[in-house]
Amino acid sequence: MSQSELFLVNGRLLDPATGVDGVRTVHVVDGRIRSISADLPSNTQGVKVIDCAGKLVLPGFIDLHAHLREPGEEYKETILTGARSAVAGGFTAVVAMPNTRPPIDNAHLVRFVLDRAAEAGLARVYPSGAISKGQEGKDLAEIGDMVQAGAVCITDDGRPVMDPALMRRALEYAKTFDLPVMVHEEDLHLAAGGCMNEGAVSTRLGLRGSPNVAEDAMVLRDIELCALTGGRLHIAHLSTAGSVRAVRDAKRRGLRVTAEATPHHFTLTDEAVGTYDTRAKMCPPLRTQADVDAVLVGLADGTIDAIATDHAPHSAVEKDVEFERAANGIVGLETALPLTLALVRSGAISLMRAVELLSLGPAKAFGLPGGRVAEGEVADLAIVDPEAEWRVDPARFESKGRYTPFEGWTLRGRVDLTLVGGAIVYESKESGR
Amino acid sequence: MTLARKHLLGIEPLERAEIEEILGLAVSMKELLRQDLKKSPALRGKTVINCFFESSTRTRSSFEIAAKILSADAVNWSSSGSSVSKGESLIDTAKNLEAMRPDILVIRHAASGAPHLVASRVGCAVVNAGDGAHEHPSQALLDAFTLRERWGSLEGRTVAIVGDIRHSRVARSNIYCLRKLGARVRLCGPPTMIPIGIEALGCDTTFDLREAVTGADAVMMLRIQNERIAGSLFPSTREYSKLYGLSQAKTSWLKDDALILHPGPINRGVELEPEVADGERSVILDQVENGVAVRMAILQLLAGGVA
Ligand SMILES: [Zn+2]
Repeated sequence: MSQSELFLVNGRLLDPATGVDGVRTVHVVDGRIRSISADLPSNTQGVKVIDCAGKLVLPGFIDLHAHLREPGEEYKETILTGARSAVAGGFTAVVAMPNTRPPIDNAHLVRFVLDRAAEAGLARVYPSGAISKGQEGKDLAEIGDMVQAGAVCITDDGRPVMDPALMRRALEYAKTFDLPVMVHEEDLHLAAGGCMNEGAVSTRLGLRGSPNVAEDAMVLRDIELCALTGGRLHIAHLSTAGSVRAVRDAKRRGLRVTAEATPHHFTLTDEAVGTYDTRAKMCPPLRTQADVDAVLVGLADGTIDAIATDHAPHSAVEKDVEFERAANGIVGLETALPLTLALVRSGAISLMRAVELLSLGPAKAFGLPGGRVAEGEVADLAIVDPEAEWRVDPARFESKGRYTPFEGWTLRGRVDLTLVGGAIVYESKESGR
Repeated sequence: MTLARKHLLGIEPLERAEIEEILGLAVSMKELLRQDLKKSPALRGKTVINCFFESSTRTRSSFEIAAKILSADAVNWSSSGSSVSKGESLIDTAKNLEAMRPDILVIRHAASGAPHLVASRVGCAVVNAGDGAHEHPSQALLDAFTLRERWGSLEGRTVAIVGDIRHSRVARSNIYCLRKLGARVRLCGPPTMIPIGIEALGCDTTFDLREAVTGADAVMMLRIQNERIAGSLFPSTREYSKLYGLSQAKTSWLKDDALILHPGPINRGVELEPEVADGERSVILDQVENGVAVRMAILQLLAGGVA
């Protein structure tokens, strides 16, 4: 009998890489998938068997965009609590954003993140490095050194790269390592200090608005720089109809452009700001229904490669304040799955596409392992009860963050079990197993 | 007499009947204000804290006088921007003030929604005395009072509001108030000052001053903040006043009996030529006096409602 051997039986396996959708037995040995079969195992003596009847067996989700806040802002989140939050949401891997304090702009800090993640031993954490030293947008950081230490992309996320010449150099230089350059697209001049979407709602509330064009113009600029340089461009948290159109056109041109959208941007509009609700304060801001509709089409037709959470935990110090002074961002990891499944129920995307957007899509966009359930692959898996309903209670989050616009919502779809490398790293208390 | 609600955070949530109730009570408050002995015991034993995070001597004095005439104890608390940046949050400040047991907190704040945040955390009544570019309800009520004094009713009247609509809380509150009382509202300013979607509040917009004021029964000129020039909303005050200021000559575009309002303080020679500001059509000083009467009505209704 091996401790590191188990069978998942009776579950509905969905694998976007092979198109498999059916009840299968998954045999995991020593952290990898040994076999997938339509039959029940004949001999399970002494081997752990997990009955997944009525559940979905999915490739573990991969989040290209999570803020784990360590080093520097451990009061908001640590790599450990962030990793706990990840596995509670079915995420077996997350890409950690470098806008920490200090920013992750050198190999030492990249290694620090990997060390902390290894200590946590939960989700796989892939560090990203800053594009520019100190994320100041002036000089390139030591990108090669960070890649050798384990960085999987570079980004100044949290801030746009305002200098187009620096952006060109970043795309050119990152080609050496075939590295994606992730961009937070916001022209700060056009955004003009806006703290929500510019439109009828911002006008009524008397809040400064940031127009769609602040995002669109930067997306268009960077797509042309991508064409010029032949680099890999990844558009973070795309939120406007114009961005979707621009990315679709770029893909038609054969450019190496990928994009992600967040659950809050495809679920909510700027109306969620209500009367100055800081739980609805994001950057980019929540947009209008026309933008949400365009993002949904982009998710369905392949324009958008991945659903990313932009998990951005904050404390009351940043959030329980005047709206215009409040920090941007929400807890994302623990609500992503049910919000994505809601798109399946509304008919916007198929279940297989939903799974792809959470797993294979992000894996392919960044060239990461995982995202597949196939023989020989690492056993990074999420077991999901698609029908289970639960009420979002931030006090019960694994994340240190407590702010979400979905507080009090009843969502459908719950992660029951998460396996990383064949080990159970999360088990829902509600799963009743 | 009490209002059905605990706070006065804006005109948008008010019913027409509530507006009428405030304006109705303000009529008798104005009579009281004009007496030799201006004193009513109505709010004796009540405490009003004027909590100003943004300076405005006029509005603060108006609330202070209103409270004192009604025999409330009025305390002025002001915060410079620096003390906020020392780290105390708005909620901390509000909780501290609340611990001193006021009946009403009157709040002026540069951030839109700040009074809403305070109201959600304190037990006493909150009056919005101007929040960012959102609302300035007592100003709209005193404007409506001033117009009603002249016209009897606002039903069917047309009011033009001219200037920086984008950043104006006075404009937003007035749009709601005038519309609820049956008036039509036209907004006018350079396109840089007309925000997207403002028509959704139920008004027309034009970039042409002549078109805006022609046939209007009243013209409300908004104050132009000089710092707006740095934001490139218009090239110069000279050009602004040429295009959107009301000069003596341009008053020929107005109806003979059209009234001119301004929330003050006036940039003389920018929004209004001095002759116009001090001219026969101007009701600017009436607005100031009526401001006290309207604020007396607000305080009395809210302090009564909190009992
Ligand atoms: Zn970002």
